[in-house]
Amino acid sequence: MKKRNIELDIKEMKTGFGLMKDIKLSVGGISEKTADQQLGPTPFPSSTDLREWDMKLLERYKPFYMPFCDLCCLCTFGKCDLSDGKRGACGLNMEAQQSRIVLIACCIGAATHTAHGRHLVEDLIKKFGRKSALDVGGTNVEILAPIIQLVTGIKPRHLGDIEDILDYVEGEITQLLSSTHTGQEGSNIDFESKVLHAGTMDHVALEIADIAQISTFGFPKSDPEAALVDTGLGVVDSSKPVIMVVGHNVPPAIGIMDYMTEKDLSGQLEVCGLCCTAHDITRYDPKAKIVGPISWQLRFIRSGIPDVIVVDEQCIRADAFEEAKKIKAPVIASSSKNCLGLKDRTKDPTDEIVADLIQGKALGVLILDPDKVGEVAVRTSLGIAPKRKKFKNLPELDELILEAKRCTKCSECRRSCPNDMLIPEAIDAAAGGDLSLLNDLYDVCVGCGRCEEACPNDLDVHSFIVKAAEQKIKNEKFKTRSGRGAIQDVEIRKVGGPIVLGEIPGVIAHVGCANYPKGGEEVAEMIEEFAKRRYIILTSGCAAMSAGMHKNEDGKTVYESFPGDFDAGCVLNVGSCVSNSHIAGAAIKIASIFAKRNLNANYEEIADYILNRVGAVGISWGAMSQKAASIASGFWRLGIPVIVGPHGSKYRRMLLGRKDRDSDWEVYDARTGERDYVGPSPEHLFYAAETKEEAMVMMAKLCMRPNDTSRGRAMKLNHYIDLHKRYYGRMPDDIHLYVRRLSDVPITMKDEIVRILDQKEWKEKNIPDPTILPRMIRKKER
Amino acid sequence: MSTTPWQTAEIPGPKRGLPLHRCETLISLLNNSKNPLLIIGHKAAEIDLGNRKFIDYLIDLARGRTITVVATAHTIKELTNRGFQNASSMPLMDIANRLRDTEWRGIDGKGAYDVVLFAGFPYYMAWLVFSGLKHMSSQLKTISLDGQYQPNASWSIQNVSPLELEKFFVNLLEKIGEM
Repeated sequence: MKKRNIELDIKEMKTGFGLMKDIKLSVGGISEKTADQQLGPTPFPSSTDLREWDMKLLERYKPFYMPFCDLCCLCTFGKCDLSDGKRGACGLNMEAQQSRIVLIACCIGAATHTAHGRHLVEDLIKKFGRKSALDVGGTNVEILAPIIQLVTGIKPRHLGDIEDILDYVEGEITQLLSSTHTGQEGSNIDFESKVLHAGTMDHVALEIADIAQISTFGFPKSDPEAALVDTGLGVVDSSKPVIMVVGHNVPPAIGIMDYMTEKDLSGQLEVCGLCCTAHDITRYDPKAKIVGPISWQLRFIRSGIPDVIVVDEQCIRADAFEEAKKIKAPVIASSSKNCLGLKDRTKDPTDEIVADLIQGKALGVLILDPDKVGEVAVRTSLGIAPKRKKFKNLPELDELILEAKRCTKCSECRRSCPNDMLIPEAIDAAAGGDLSLLNDLYDVCVGCGRCEEACPNDLDVHSFIVKAAEQKIKNEKFKTRSGRGAIQDVEIRKVGGPIVLGEIPGVIAHVGCANYPKGGEEVAEMIEEFAKRRYIILTSGCAAMSAGMHKNEDGKTVYESFPGDFDAGCVLNVGSCVSNSHIAGAAIKIASIFAKRNLNANYEEIADYILNRVGAVGISWGAMSQKAASIASGFWRLGIPVIVGPHGSKYRRMLLGRKDRDSDWEVYDARTGERDYVGPSPEHLFYAAETKEEAMVMMAKLCMRPNDTSRGRAMKLNHYIDLHKRYYGRMPDDIHLYVRRLSDVPITMKDEIVRILDQKEWKEKNIPDPTILPRMIRKKER
Repeated sequence: MSTTPWQTAEIPGPKRGLPLHRCETLISLLNNSKNPLLIIGHKAAEIDLGNRKFIDYLIDLARGRTITVVATAHTIKELTNRGFQNASSMPLMDIANRLRDTEWRGIDGKGAYDVVLFAGFPYYMAWLVFSGLKHMSSQLKTISLDGQYQPNASWSIQNVSPLELEKFFVNLLEKIGEM
């Protein structure tokens, strides 16, 4: 790691031993000083500096563990049986072991984003220099790195500045991971606190990666009218050479677009992406296309359409090379994290590499130079496409029927399917010539391919599904709004008040992967419902694509139906996984810009503000990865609840509030120091919903915050009750917990609610200036 | 009939639940229970058992033995539509979280549950909830009625076909009716 000089200018700092002014600190490692406001209490926090805040959250939202296994098998003492309250040979119990696993997952996620950020920043510095200015929205975005400022106290201005912050994040992740070693941390609650810290580090890394690429690659800069880009398998013109890019690190894909531009080849090839590289390549050039989320990988390769497959990093199928060989498409691996066993040809002459790939002497290569990847991919695709035109990978209909007849109905495919799909019945129908059931499976299949792995008769079950849905795939033509990046300061000024007062009923972010129980259509349905109710809807990552891959009854996607502003009734795609930083950033900026709270290294105060005032909820309906876990944990620490779909229960730990315990829901009134009951708002911090209907009701409920004005609370209650009645067929049984004054009651439901309040012996309550931090009390209790 | 986990990879570890071969065993467990609870998930309204839905058999069971019922997700609407009014509604995560709390006095405040029956859940989700209760609430007897063997439950109906599950419930309800 490079050593750099730290210089901090501190204008004023309140400490336990007095007020210090005009301090200059120079200790050997951080970059440009530049805080406009005074430095808060926790610059560059270690894993224990925010522990007190974490404990407050964890006291209210207690972990509920659901172990994947009775055992621990992480050291040679074991395996140890931890069931029935037993401790392992190292002394660890089941609760601590589960929280340790959660921490390991979050460290993997945070390390992945950090390594991505590091890789990206180093490439960009080589290309643009350390002094290249950071700019994510010109004068519209003055606070360009709210997470970095909140956590470190530093306001980065140039690429080189964020390289320094990466040093800090890498150090913290190493510390956190080390605590999972045998004989280190022994308390589940301290593991949980470290999980939250891993989330914070993850969010810093996300922000670093995205502001670096927005600033240098010319991505949309906070643009509500970012382009609508073609999305879906059906938008790919297979009459042209097709290059498939997949992963998260966009420079190799940009190398492809740049080479095509340089050689005037634009329009002669198709460049189409999956997962976050798809988002970022369309942010760079909207002529590129989005094939679909992570779960579309196998079906797209099996379609035989890609002529060349370029993989970078993260969420790529480990068998991508094996699958590519089946369709005779060369693979170019472009990341040190994902070499796929391929020979490193980075320093070989380009002509030789291209010739080897076209002639089939090499089936794949590793090239660790994004520009070279661009040239090799384009030239290879031009050379190989004519040879592949007659190539068919999917079985013909009669072949499929013949193959289906070999099924022995053992049900191993169904038993290995994550969604328990009725595959044997579909194969049986196919054997009789009816492909309709296989066709139906296409809509809910997550494309994992486990059915094929399990089949004792080696049936290509996934290919059968893709073949059966061939016509549907041709019609898979949609529009997704390209990732716009950050939220403008002016947008925050406009909606900050209505959000904090509750008059915009909530901010809902659909993020994460595509491991859905019933297909991505549910994501689009949820978005449409809440956008119509004038919530602010944000999307990112695979969820953003899934949302764009369904049309409403007017034949429009959510991006065509709703504007892309950060405002009530709008739907905005911030971009790829790393763009999740703008969602956290928006919540932070509400506290900073609208409420004028000090942003610099002032984590607890800002998180306290968000927890009590900003009605934001994250929903990751198809959360799958360790990265999704670390992203979520960053939101939890900021006081933003996250709902996951049923598969999200496999994260094996929830953070659940207990609305039946009144004392858990007391806050301080910052005006008086008195403690007030504010109801379970928000009720949970991490929660797995069983169905879309349950998630929608919970989303509306989790948007309530103690600071809501009566008008705002009435509006939020109206949505909660309305959705509850629609999906549950009755009034919620906890209305009395959310009504503080009669003026909170939605006017159209007044008689019905007042009756309930009377039955519950409800009493009017104070609406405090809420905080859970004693230091925020302006007048102490006497 | 099989006592391997329904989903191939869901292997829990050394502590596994007992198979519920016969409906008499279930009746015996209920007879010995001071305060049983039946938790019904959304899939109960989707699964066909003969010409009825799974949820219809569960309603008959709750009525036959006067068992407290909690419906998760949006299942309460299905119960109400079938004329069953005596159910509470609570998310699966919430009811599981309360069941691990030995101080919790139950939905009606009358005391902790000792036997909890689950039916109508996605296999993997119930698998995890059973695991959570197995480890965090070992005093509780949990029973899976889904016809897909749940190794983390104290007792579970094995992997059976819908036809076999239907027979199990027809038999169960007949025997309860005779009591």
